[in-house]
Amino acid sequence: MKTLIKNGRVIDPSQNIDAIMDLLVEDGVIKEVAAEIKAAADEVYDADGLIVAPGLVDVHTHLREPGLEAKEDIVTGTMAAAAGGVTTIACMPNTKPVIDNSIIVSGIKERAAREGYVNVEVIGAISKGEEGKELAEMIDMSEKGAMAFSDDGHFVNSPRLFTLAAKYIGAFDKVLISHAIEPELGHEGYMHEGAVSARIGVPGIPAIAEDIAVARDCLIAEYTGAHVHIAHVASKGAVDIIRGFKKKGVNVTCEVTVHHLTLTDEACATYSSATRVSPPLRSMDHVEALRAAVKDGTVDAIVTDHAPHAPEEKDVEFRYAPCGFTGLETSVGVVLTDLYHTNIFTINEIIGKMSTEPANIFALKAGSLKVGYPADVTIIDLNKEWTVDNTKFYTRGKVTPFQGKHCKGKAVATMVAGKFVMRDGEVCKR
Amino acid sequence: MAKANVSLGGRDILDLDSLSIEEYEMILQTAAEMKKIMKRDIKKVPSLRGKSIINLFYEPSTRTRTSFELAGKYLGADVVNITTASSSVVKGECLRDTILTVQSMACDAIVMRHPIEGAAAYAAEVADPVIINAGDGAHAHPSQGLLDMFTIREQGKDLKGLKMAILGDVLYSRVARTNIAAWTKMGADVHVAGPMTLLPHDIESLGVTVHKRVEDAIEGADVIDVLRIQLERQKKGLFPSPREYARIFGLNEKRLALAKPDVTVLHPGPMNRGLEISWEVGYCDNAAIRDEVQNGVAVRMALLFLTLTGGKQIENID
Repeated sequence: MKTLIKNGRVIDPSQNIDAIMDLLVEDGVIKEVAAEIKAAADEVYDADGLIVAPGLVDVHTHLREPGLEAKEDIVTGTMAAAAGGVTTIACMPNTKPVIDNSIIVSGIKERAAREGYVNVEVIGAISKGEEGKELAEMIDMSEKGAMAFSDDGHFVNSPRLFTLAAKYIGAFDKVLISHAIEPELGHEGYMHEGAVSARIGVPGIPAIAEDIAVARDCLIAEYTGAHVHIAHVASKGAVDIIRGFKKKGVNVTCEVTVHHLTLTDEACATYSSATRVSPPLRSMDHVEALRAAVKDGTVDAIVTDHAPHAPEEKDVEFRYAPCGFTGLETSVGVVLTDLYHTNIFTINEIIGKMSTEPANIFALKAGSLKVGYPADVTIIDLNKEWTVDNTKFYTRGKVTPFQGKHCKGKAVATMVAGKFVMRDGEVCKR
Repeated sequence: MAKANVSLGGRDILDLDSLSIEEYEMILQTAAEMKKIMKRDIKKVPSLRGKSIINLFYEPSTRTRTSFELAGKYLGADVVNITTASSSVVKGECLRDTILTVQSMACDAIVMRHPIEGAAAYAAEVADPVIINAGDGAHAHPSQGLLDMFTIREQGKDLKGLKMAILGDVLYSRVARTNIAAWTKMGADVHVAGPMTLLPHDIESLGVTVHKRVEDAIEGADVIDVLRIQLERQKKGLFPSPREYARIFGLNEKRLALAKPDVTVLHPGPMNRGLEISWEVGYCDNAAIRDEVQNGVAVRMALLFLTLTGGKQIENID
């Protein structure tokens, strides 16, 4: 099976390519990238006027399987990824039971290979049951293909346990992902502490709750030499701390979410439960610091933290709503609308942060259009106008703070291992 | 819901930020008429006959609930109280379903008290009946703000340019947020003071002056609003002891003497005597605390009347 993608603007940060080129895919891998390819193919895809990028890699999502299928499962979650132009997703272990042993890692990978629409990487738990007490069997999980380890949803409150985890699994070159929010400072908080929380009365969480946790985990990375990746950085203090440790050569990386780059705490002023998330949406000075940190390389990846919930869970009073919302089907549109068309990021920066760089952090064979790499490709129309409509989502989690947003730019085709899994917004039959 | 702005007919009353000065005026003038009815031998008029009002209270309340209940009854409405401890809420019914259930019984207004900020706004989005917020978490308590304004005006004071001091637990206080919003809108000079652990971070952004010493806030004040200190705040470690609170932050006669001689002392109640307010101050001539309670009924009559009828101001009600 050969597919020839013709005349697209190929952008591949892994090879410093940005040119009108053709891309030939054969038997699931990249065969050739060249100015003009004349080979015969089973299908020729005309990408004239479109961006041809390495498939997007989202290293922070929740597939909710096992146990929380009312929110999402592997099928609906990977369909959402395909629809949004994402070819590889990593799923977090805060499921029920927690992904804290190798049989669950294997089970998810096998089910995803059989029923999923995109590549699924599994993040195992650092501690048994994400309880923050005893280390989980991380080496065993690694051997069954776990990509990295995290107690996402919880901060590993014990500095001793996090240090032990870093020593233990750092020796096996695996990354620890830190959900870095000190829980006590914000234990009664439900949104960012600032002018908006002062006005609307919702108890706030000070940004230093994040800064303190990030500083601790950067220190542990420095002490142990392990690679620590800070999840969903959202405060200006945290990016300053990470920038400083990176300068010292400490093995720290970090990601920022689409919503923290594009929304502020003013979105909470209507008390919409769709805006309740952890870390909370912050004020514009934080948003600007995050954008600057993406520009200067402090931030390595842009993620969704796709966190679907069942409608009845989110349709409640603000404080009662669980944190998080769906993101896979809106990320490209929102980033292009609010960050590309406003001249904040270039398209090359966006593809780097949403594909090549996250793949590199976790040593995934993805995020590149090099010959021999899996043919995971995202085709983007920078100017396609559309409106976010959650009734058309593939994900089971319909709640999004971007509902009704008018977007410019969209993934129009998604290819995984040489096969189209989405065309024109429609997920293809398996 | 598209609700007309020309009158208060059909309007939800969620907070005082979203009402205009003209609307405050209309409510206060109507309340003055209502207060006359309260002084009659037979304190009942048929203005809301055939209307039904549900008091839906998710938190304990004596004065607000009773006051809304009497307000509705004085105007001839049928008033039903639901306290959630003895309702389907304990069976796990969500707020949307509770609101839709009472709406199905053809009620015209829901007066709601809820511990979570934004719950009234949520109810207003879900429901067709008029929603009157009787307190949502630490956000707003519009009828309290209006009765405070009514009480201040009854003392012959116009808010514009007055020095207002708010003392105590602003962080958790819907009364404080409501009065700050209304008083700054009316052009008053609003000062707050209390332990820094009980003042919201960034409180200056609300347009108030912050003092670490209550004396500085009280100095020359025209109105002092003393907030209730909930004893569980001390148990959570927000201040060391009731003793120190009373000694450093409480309103006593000595501190009261720093204010203007005709200062009006407000307290939303219930008071903790000897904690945020001394025995003597609570009963002194400057204290308008019992006026607040009486005016509360009049203001709530006005709110129910204006939202459930055409929303036009009345001159004389009979």
